[in-house]
Amino acid sequence: MDLIFAGLEVLYRWDVMLALLVGSIGGVMIGAVPGVGPAVAIAILLPATFWMDPIVGLTLLLGIYGSSMYGGAIPAILINTPGTAVNALTTYDGYPMTLRGEGRKAISIAYTASFVGAIISIICLISLAPVLAKVAPMFGAREIFLAALLGLVLVVVSHRGQAAIAAALACLGIFIGTIGLEPVKYTKRYTFDQSWLASGVDLIVVVLGLYAISQAFMLMQGDDVKTRRVPLGGGMFQGLREVARHPRVAGVSSGFGVLMGIIPGVGEFTSQFLAYTYAQKTSKRPEDFGQGSVEGLIASESANNSVPAAAMVPLLALGIPGEELTAMMLAVFYVHNVVPGPGLFQNQMDFVMAIYLALLFLNILVMVFLLFSTNALMMVARLPNRFLGVGILTLSFVGIYSLRNSATDCLMAAAFGLFGFILKRLSLPIVPIIMGIVLGGIMEAKLRIAMARVKTPYDFIDRPIAMALFVFIILIIAFQIRGAVIQSRRLKEAQWSTRPASTRFGTFLSRRRDFVLTERGKRLREARSTLPRPSTDRD
Amino acid sequence: MSDDPFLASKGPRRGQILFALAFAGFAIFILSNLGNQTTWAPRTKLFAQPGFWPGVAGAGMVLFGLLHLRGVRRGMGLRRPWISREDRAEARVWVQPLEYTAWFMVYVFAVPRIGHLPATMIFAPALTWRLGYRSPRLLWASLAFGVAVVLIFKGVLGVKIPGGAVYEYLPDSIRAFALRYL
Repeated sequence: MDLIFAGLEVLYRWDVMLALLVGSIGGVMIGAVPGVGPAVAIAILLPATFWMDPIVGLTLLLGIYGSSMYGGAIPAILINTPGTAVNALTTYDGYPMTLRGEGRKAISIAYTASFVGAIISIICLISLAPVLAKVAPMFGAREIFLAALLGLVLVVVSHRGQAAIAAALACLGIFIGTIGLEPVKYTKRYTFDQSWLASGVDLIVVVLGLYAISQAFMLMQGDDVKTRRVPLGGGMFQGLREVARHPRVAGVSSGFGVLMGIIPGVGEFTSQFLAYTYAQKTSKRPEDFGQGSVEGLIASESANNSVPAAAMVPLLALGIPGEELTAMMLAVFYVHNVVPGPGLFQNQMDFVMAIYLALLFLNILVMVFLLFSTNALMMVARLPNRFLGVGILTLSFVGIYSLRNSATDCLMAAAFGLFGFILKRLSLPIVPIIMGIVLGGIMEAKLRIAMARVKTPYDFIDRPIAMALFVFIILIIAFQIRGAVIQSRRLKEAQWSTRPASTRFGTFLSRRRDFVLTERGKRLREARSTLPRPSTDRD
Repeated sequence: MSDDPFLASKGPRRGQILFALAFAGFAIFILSNLGNQTTWAPRTKLFAQPGFWPGVAGAGMVLFGLLHLRGVRRGMGLRRPWISREDRAEARVWVQPLEYTAWFMVYVFAVPRIGHLPATMIFAPALTWRLGYRSPRLLWASLAFGVAVVLIFKGVLGVKIPGGAVYEYLPDSIRAFALRYL
């Protein structure tokens, strides 16, 4: 209880309250605009928060992070376009409800389920905080190295069907992080004797390029999406009753969200997938899923909204971000010389508690705001895409140029924007690059410290947590390789069993000739002819 | 694309081979420059060598880049040519945003000369016009957006963007204000 009061004391400042209000309402609005998303917004605002107090800057970014998914549900349900990527599953059941005239009810269910998910997650974390404070100091350099490696491996394997390119892009991220002056020996790495590369490639420049500028290019290069207005039916408070009727689905889905949020590199998509599958398998009406099922909507929204709070655990306790948004927040910590990790939990528990409480308050604020502003937010969701692109490009300039007032940074960000544009066109993942930059830096520093104290390779994993993490990493890699080999074998078998005959004209003629001329061909024709030959005799 | 979960089974086919080839080429270039671009520190363990992590990253890029290339090529079907007409069309789409990059860089170079507010007030409506919007409502909205961005970020949040060189010619009474807030 003392901890909670200490946390409240940290938050009890006008600038923190204002940041919370602006962040949460701004996050909902950003989430409601398809094509922007919290990653773009956080990337743009990140440099602006460097001039603020750490708690003010973090509260602002947390507000956007925690509330964008609420806003993202609005276009997902009403116009079948997810506002943020994690709201994609919401369209499955939300939009069919809108089509049958229950749009307002669907939105209300989404808000309530999101709220329940977030609150369950925050309560879990507040109760877990004392345990985490005891466990976190057990993580030394080796354990943090292994946990970062685990995060990277999970980020790679979570991209099913793209694991090889995800791994390659993660390595590219690690490489980008090493460019410039090496921090211990002060030697240059991959600068190609260019002075502008000596200070390295700033994370913010990469983030703004890959997320914001590339998104601006995508929007400006595409066409405006026409949306049709559907009359909204149902009451705004019906969601409360529906969620109360399915407490098991909301509870279990939130549980999945908390678990998946804590594990670095997993995140919203896996938790939603597990929650949705669970809800469908245990439902009395599984056939309704995808056709406007209330349970499906609850599962999807409560699972994704319970992740942000849980994702703060690896970030705060170990200094390891689990996904790109927490990776960006790590930059705010570093700028203010607040090093997240075991020390933070030991020495600044009030700060940690303040962050959890900020998450709690922002959910309440968002809920109240949304109940009265959904119609107005629909106007925001209908902004023309290419016009949004102009806005994002203008804001990106502020984010990049304010870092060092450098035109070179802007040029680099534009180059990363082009690269991100290509990745988005090809549906290739961007997250591994960011995770590679952030986790690669952590891994390099921690491995150097750890290896100084290690005499034999086994010493590296002789502590229980290190051993557990090591075994976990090996198991994940082994399962991935096994799955790949099995799938590859199946694919080969399927290709051989259904191999079609060649459709080339020459081959076709050759086959036809064989069929007509050879003895075997004649026999085949006789066997296949079911009709008697027409008689040529005249009557 | 193949259905192989480890290789390449997601996303559109067009352009994948171009990207995979370019990535593999870049990865080989990076790894082959390891000796030139990093220093070997004497009496230092391998893990603490300045070139250790770039080496790990480069080797990973080559290994996984080639694996991805193999997966993409297998998914294409071996009878198809390496680079098809669709791939070339996709490559043309990739260079289209170069125009917007040019717009962006002109804006970047204009800000320290004519100031953040005037540059943004020109850039946002001009790009809006270029994108084909002709309605006065959207053009006014873009102008208002530009003004709002400057006022919020530079005026209120105090983001550090230098004042324009032309502000030096303003009368003393408003020069300091313009340099700080506009």
